[in-house]
Amino acid sequence: MDINDLRSVTTVLGLLCFLGIVAWAYAKGSKKGFDEAANLPFAEHDEEGAAPRASHPR
Amino acid sequence: MSGTQSTYNDKVVRQFSVMTVIWGIVGMLVGVIIAAQLVWPELNFGFLHFGRLRPLHTNAVIFAFGGCALFATSYWCVQRTCHTRLWGGPLVPFTFWGWQLVIVLAAVTLPLGITSGKEYAELEWPIDILITLVWVSYALVFFGTVAKRTVSHIYVANWFFGAFILTVAVLHLVNSAAMPVSFTKSYSAYAGVQDAMIQWWYGHNAVGFFLTAGFLGMMYYFVPKQAGRPVYSYRLSVVHFWALIFTYMWAGPHHLHYTALPDWTQSVGMLFSLILLAPSWGGMINGIMTLSGAWHKLRDDPVLKFLITSLSFYGMSTFEGPMMSIKTVNALSHYTDWTVGHVHSGALGWVAMVSIGSIYYLLPRLFGKTEMFSTKLVTVHFWIATIGTVLYIASMWIAGVMQGLMWRAVNVDGTLTYSFVQSVKESYPFWAIRWLGGVLFLAGMFIMAYNMFKTMAGGKTEDMPVMAPAGHHA
Repeated sequence: MDINDLRSVTTVLGLLCFLGIVAWAYAKGSKKGFDEAANLPFAEHDEEGAAPRASHPR
Repeated sequence: MSGTQSTYNDKVVRQFSVMTVIWGIVGMLVGVIIAAQLVWPELNFGFLHFGRLRPLHTNAVIFAFGGCALFATSYWCVQRTCHTRLWGGPLVPFTFWGWQLVIVLAAVTLPLGITSGKEYAELEWPIDILITLVWVSYALVFFGTVAKRTVSHIYVANWFFGAFILTVAVLHLVNSAAMPVSFTKSYSAYAGVQDAMIQWWYGHNAVGFFLTAGFLGMMYYFVPKQAGRPVYSYRLSVVHFWALIFTYMWAGPHHLHYTALPDWTQSVGMLFSLILLAPSWGGMINGIMTLSGAWHKLRDDPVLKFLITSLSFYGMSTFEGPMMSIKTVNALSHYTDWTVGHVHSGALGWVAMVSIGSIYYLLPRLFGKTEMFSTKLVTVHFWIATIGTVLYIASMWIAGVMQGLMWRAVNVDGTLTYSFVQSVKESYPFWAIRWLGGVLFLAGMFIMAYNMFKTMAGGKTEDMPVMAPAGHHA
């Protein structure tokens, strides 16, 4: 096993890591947390009575 | 960590916002001057010739105008979405004054010809050290603020701002490594093709992280705020972020097609540049679709016009970029004005417009007003800027393709059909149109400055109290 095997393994792990992130992002369980996060810019009542609102239906 | 009594640090946001407009005018004015120098060569006076002023233009628009816009918006966004005051005490004003000093030093040294000769990293080593100090302070302030947030989530805009700060630090340190021979002269620590590769690994990631990730952070905060609705898909924004992070780092070699760089490296650079189309368009769609169901707001809100148009130009230039990275296309486009047109499609259309839109959002709020002094003038600015950008990029497309075709034309006996000077002569009308486009864009910035000072007049500059996150359970 030389340094090039390590380089290949790193690249493959990088891809798997990214695919894992995609799976996590689109998993059902992540929805609630994402909705909360998406409303963070609106969690202050600085103008136009901006209050947390429903996210887009997706 | 109770946030009820404390206030946001808006002073530094105010300082950076005003300087964004000022440096925008300075940087774009230098751009207009060098565009005029190409059309009327007699305008090259003494040492103030094109070669000295061009790096001044690029440094001023990227690091002074763009940099101040990024500082202002990231400091505003990170406080508002973390519901806490900026961390860092004296480090905060140091980032402002330190950055202004860097800009002034650049404006003095570059026209004097003090340069390390690396594109977009021309500043000599003592200034590079100052940049490092300011940038480390910026990182401490930003991540320190994120660390003491009173909410559990880190909003996606802060991820983009954070990636921009972290990556620019790494890029700057690696590419600026040099051996000083005197106080004003140093030589790169790398040699030959490695030096070229490191330079364009830096150069392209400066585009990817300084001019893209940071401004995408702006997009993810100010587009939802101005549209009054959350981002279209938060899931897509997460995938957008990581896809961009995983691919941008590899795209640099497309700046070195058909050079001494090994062929495989060029091909890797081309491939990753093509892949970049996916996250770029994912982000653009996410930003534009945030307006779905509220399209009517686009009709009479010039700030939203700026933000959404910037995303359209982002989409155009991130389509054009991958196409130009294809080796056979690059054989035609490289070293021509097409590249200049592509850069300005991104710089004027995307970076400048999203910054201008965000600063128009900030200014009234920073000075205790409900809106800008004149909304009508914002609309005028929008149209002048858009027409200027279109004139600029269209003339450069035509000039670039023409130059590429003339340079590669050969007679049956294998000799070149045209001399280089013939291609220069044919480019003059398009350089004049480009100059006009630049003049229009600059005129828009003057209108913005007038509107800004009128908005500031008699404004209140009290810091706003930190808001407890409404109905949040952190």
